[in-house]
Amino acid sequence: MTELKYSWFPGCSAGSTGIAYTQSAKYVADKIGLEMKEIDDWCCCGTSAARITDDDLMHALPARSLALSERQYPGLDIVAPCTGCYSALKGARHWARQSEENRRHVSELIDMDYAAEADVKSLLEIMVEPDVVDLTVSRLQKTLGGMKIACYYGCTQVRPAEVCNFDDVENPTSMERLLDACGAECVQWGFKTECCGASNHVVKPKAARKAVERIFRNAKACGAEAIVTSCPLCWLNLDMREQQINSEMGTDYHLPVYYFTELLAMAMGATPDEAGLGYHFEPAAQLAQDRIVADTKTEEVTR
Amino acid sequence: MHTVNLSDVAVADRELAQTIAQRANVNLRDCYQCGKCAAGCPMADDMDLSPQQIMRALQMGLTEKALSATGPWLCAQCMVCSTRCPQNIDITKIMREVRRESHARGHRCIPESNAFETQFLKGVKADGRNNEQYLAAFYNLRSGHLAQDMLSAPKMLAKGMVGIGKHSVKDRDAVRKIYEKCLEKDGEQK
Ligand code: SF4
Ligand code: SF4
Repeated sequence: MTELKYSWFPGCSAGSTGIAYTQSAKYVADKIGLEMKEIDDWCCCGTSAARITDDDLMHALPARSLALSERQYPGLDIVAPCTGCYSALKGARHWARQSEENRRHVSELIDMDYAAEADVKSLLEIMVEPDVVDLTVSRLQKTLGGMKIACYYGCTQVRPAEVCNFDDVENPTSMERLLDACGAECVQWGFKTECCGASNHVVKPKAARKAVERIFRNAKACGAEAIVTSCPLCWLNLDMREQQINSEMGTDYHLPVYYFTELLAMAMGATPDEAGLGYHFEPAAQLAQDRIVADTKTEEVTR
Repeated sequence: MHTVNLSDVAVADRELAQTIAQRANVNLRDCYQCGKCAAGCPMADDMDLSPQQIMRALQMGLTEKALSATGPWLCAQCMVCSTRCPQNIDITKIMREVRRESHARGHRCIPESNAFETQFLKGVKADGRNNEQYLAAFYNLRSGHLAQDMLSAPKMLAKGMVGIGKHSVKDRDAVRKIYEKCLEKDGEQK
């Protein structure tokens, strides 16, 4: 197995709205020996605001952090836990690699040479590698206890397909493979790669709420008791809006929304607080505690 | 859709539609109006012109109609339309370019959307990083949405998810310079 060592791009939400993700990712990384070297002085990836505004800005902001990483950690690929950051970074690298002219142009904008060699990966992407799945399973103290999970990938992990090059663009199954290997029973559903509404929850809440309501409706109809994601913006738009949707639209959804790393951390022995479950808006600790228990069957067999 | 006499459509409007399409690297003739893009669009319900209709307006040279539509301003850039278009048209990019041109001509079809992005980028220019709690506060001020609970701030403060402290890059100048090079080129501000 290749060494699990990466350059790490935390992203702006890592210490705030994405804190549960950061905390649980660190817990899991520690257990499986995944080494993450934070890029010194990384800056905001620009996300949709830069993308909407200007092509140069949407390439240059990510390129600055990528160039810093290539200097600080030569030879290491870059991991972004947030799929929004992942998309901006990966997109900038993709563009810079399309021609020498592009690469020079972006290097000139950031006043640094950007080679565009180190690859960009999402945290989910490296965790679903078959040997990392095996390693993860070998570190479990408990199983996910047949939890009925709707794996939610959102937009930027899969689109555009020619940039992401990740799984199937309409029906990805790698998160399911990871969580099922840990004892979950992931459900088949149709909204894996639907959009959560992104920043429209702020600017046009009524329009965006519908997008999230459809996601909850489909997950519930397909038998899920929880939704699992790998994107802090998706997480926020689902977890924080669930009760608002219930009161605004007269629905009655109570599906906890987890980061995949939270469930892995719990199964590796973390307490709910260590796994970040205290940061949720929709109560999330109870279901996790009910389902994630030591696998008594295996114990009986070995006894 | 009503009948349009194409010979009445101004040449300038048609040329502008072509320019927008070129910026998005799209040939307007490729679209055969199948509607797949609109069918999968998560925001289409609330758009006055769906991605399919934006394509149609550009094809017909009804450029001002496209530029004053809310559709491109509501677009979440989710890329579903581009992924599913049987003609491989990058409609996400079309929506983006229409919105940029609309913005450049002074339209603010969804003013809140403009306020949000402007405030976001201002924060990045100043700090090199986004500080969600300040973005929320300033956005509320700018958009006039004082009552809007953008990030459920009180709950987040209570949970210790956001604080008063800001985070920023060490080399603020470097990020500010990038911002200026990209957005303030030729002395004009975008
Ligand atoms: S999916 Fe493509 S071909 Fe069909 S209407 Fe939309 S842009 Fe045109
Ligand atoms: S990218 Fe925009 S237009 Fe295309 S499907 Fe998504 S929201 Fe609709």
